[in-house]
Amino acid sequence: MKRTWLDWVLPGARAVAAGRPAGASALVSWLALWILIIARRDRIAATVGSADPGEWIAALTLGVGLWLAHRSGLVSPRARGANDPTGGARTAWRRFRRHRPAMVGFAIVVALGAAALLTPYLAPYDPAQQGEDLAATRFQPPSLAHPMGTDHFGRDVLSRVLYGGRTSLAIGMMAVAIAITLGTLVGAVAGYRRGWIETVSMRSVDLLLSFPRLVLLITIVAFVRPSVVVITLVLGLTGWMATSRLVRGEVLSLRERDFIQAARALGFGGPRIVLRHVIPNVASPVIVAATLGIGNTILVEASLSFLGLGVQPPAPSWGEMVARGRDVMLDAPWIALFPGLAIVLTVMSFNLIGDGLRDALDPGAAGRGQLHAEGGGS
Amino acid sequence: MTLLFVLLHAAPGDPMAVFFNPNVSPDALEQMRRNFGLDRPLIEQYGRWLANFATGDFGFSYSRLRPVRDVLATALPNTLWLGGASLAVTFVVGCAVGIGQAVRQYSRLDHGLTFIALLLYSIPTFWLGVVLVLVVSSDVWPTALRLPISGMQSLDYAELGTLDRIVDRARHLLLPTIALGLSSAAAVARYMRGAMLETIDEDYIRTARAKGLTERRVVWAHAVRNALLPVISLIGLFLPVLFGGAVVVELIFSWPGMGRLIYDAIAARDYPLVMAASFLFAALVIAANLLADVLYAWVDPRIRVR
Repeated sequence: MKRTWLDWVLPGARAVAAGRPAGASALVSWLALWILIIARRDRIAATVGSADPGEWIAALTLGVGLWLAHRSGLVSPRARGANDPTGGARTAWRRFRRHRPAMVGFAIVVALGAAALLTPYLAPYDPAQQGEDLAATRFQPPSLAHPMGTDHFGRDVLSRVLYGGRTSLAIGMMAVAIAITLGTLVGAVAGYRRGWIETVSMRSVDLLLSFPRLVLLITIVAFVRPSVVVITLVLGLTGWMATSRLVRGEVLSLRERDFIQAARALGFGGPRIVLRHVIPNVASPVIVAATLGIGNTILVEASLSFLGLGVQPPAPSWGEMVARGRDVMLDAPWIALFPGLAIVLTVMSFNLIGDGLRDALDPGAAGRGQLHAEGGGS
Repeated sequence: MTLLFVLLHAAPGDPMAVFFNPNVSPDALEQMRRNFGLDRPLIEQYGRWLANFATGDFGFSYSRLRPVRDVLATALPNTLWLGGASLAVTFVVGCAVGIGQAVRQYSRLDHGLTFIALLLYSIPTFWLGVVLVLVVSSDVWPTALRLPISGMQSLDYAELGTLDRIVDRARHLLLPTIALGLSSAAAVARYMRGAMLETIDEDYIRTARAKGLTERRVVWAHAVRNALLPVISLIGLFLPVLFGGAVVVELIFSWPGMGRLIYDAIAARDYPLVMAASFLFAALVIAANLLADVLYAWVDPRIRVR
């Protein structure tokens, strides 16, 4: 179907009119982005000449977001993937889309991700900016000017929650990326090579898992000055064990399968078999573990900064905000409540997606309600 | 352990800084350093420490000026109280909810509880603790239900009778236990629901129904007993989580246990105490895992045959 002028003004409107409610998401995000652009045009204009990469990322996000909204609003002539023979990812995606709670979680995560990228434009104030007159501007309850109130120093809580979320999401995703990569490699090698490599690595996993993760973390972090990079690395390096156990279990059954035997018979080397044949086949459980792991890691990171061992102030972080708000809980509960709610919302969305992905990728596990492999929470 | 040792000693910060004040002469500080052996080369410190550790001598706590063993001995029971109570709540509440959900699968109750469990599972322990304190100490909370929000016992604990002491301890335990155990309980509920649903499909349940047993007997005597088996092995999975959470919860509720100890010790750069405490945590987890294995073999004879 040809694009018409309507697709550029209100993408998705024709899809909705044609009886496809899915077009509504395109329409809503399109309108939301334009409202943001119009309301904050002065702020956005300030990006020109700014040296802060965050500003440029935000500007880029605006553009990409508008383009994506436009594209996804196009009415495609055939229902996408309806008679696609390739199964695999497509089938899983279709099953995932029918999982309503997971789609809700997915929508929230997309919105949170967009908010994190657009933070410089969304935040009404500078997160570190203190009130002019401290006595008058501190501890203000939520109002139109400050939707989530102000804190001890008259700083806007909403802006701090937004900036804190950016850090939390970034740390959570990067740390899980590290943990998953490491865990998959260790698990795959241990399961494929067996022998002493397996014994050594799996016994170390047992040993490391018997330390409570938070205790291990505070012990490490207390002695290296915490920064975003350090926190990410440490979270990543303490989070791989459960994944490696999971992957090893999968690989043990996989290595006896015919296609692996065939690859070996063809004379392929170990690294090639592991990387090209073994690992792609354990992708499903690993993806599920990764999704659930992000929520978990964000929880742990928040606990660390609650203890004062995470991202250091004045950089905003959710855990630190709750810790600060604790002292004035009775008089100014909003300071601790809103960042806490932000954590709950974020973590829950990732858990919803993880559950949905598990149902979609591994229908056999549906209903069994298996506890995810990531055992170490906070 | 070795890794921890190197890390701790390579870190900046001087454990003797606690004693640093104008009234202490540099000579005295130097003397103290020598007494603690901190002037020796690192490798010697390490060797000595490892040898002592193996014989159960955990060294001397710089910050508390008492042997580490004594410090741990006072903190450990408190943490076991809290951890034990939380573990009990986790499994009793979790299993009860899971059973209830499985019996009425796909009912409104089931869906509601699934959502609540997911919500609780996503709540950070520290935030739950802070919110609990807020709720209990707010004006709308009925005075009759006031609960203590810090410490382990009331000021007049020593004068109380035995029964009152138990009540007092229980009241102090209640809030920290809820804060610590609730999210794990949610996870156990999810697992229990799954285990029950799997069990209900088994042939022996159909047999039990077919021979005319009441539904109550089928559920409690046949399904629950079998579904509980895999859940027992979860103890080992949840204990590290509970102990990790204990650091945060003990801090919020001023509970004088191991979690707070290790937190304070880290702040004071008290290496021997940090090392011994984290080692003890790991030992507890391993011991509990062993216990769970034994328990498992005891309740499930099929395991023993192997």
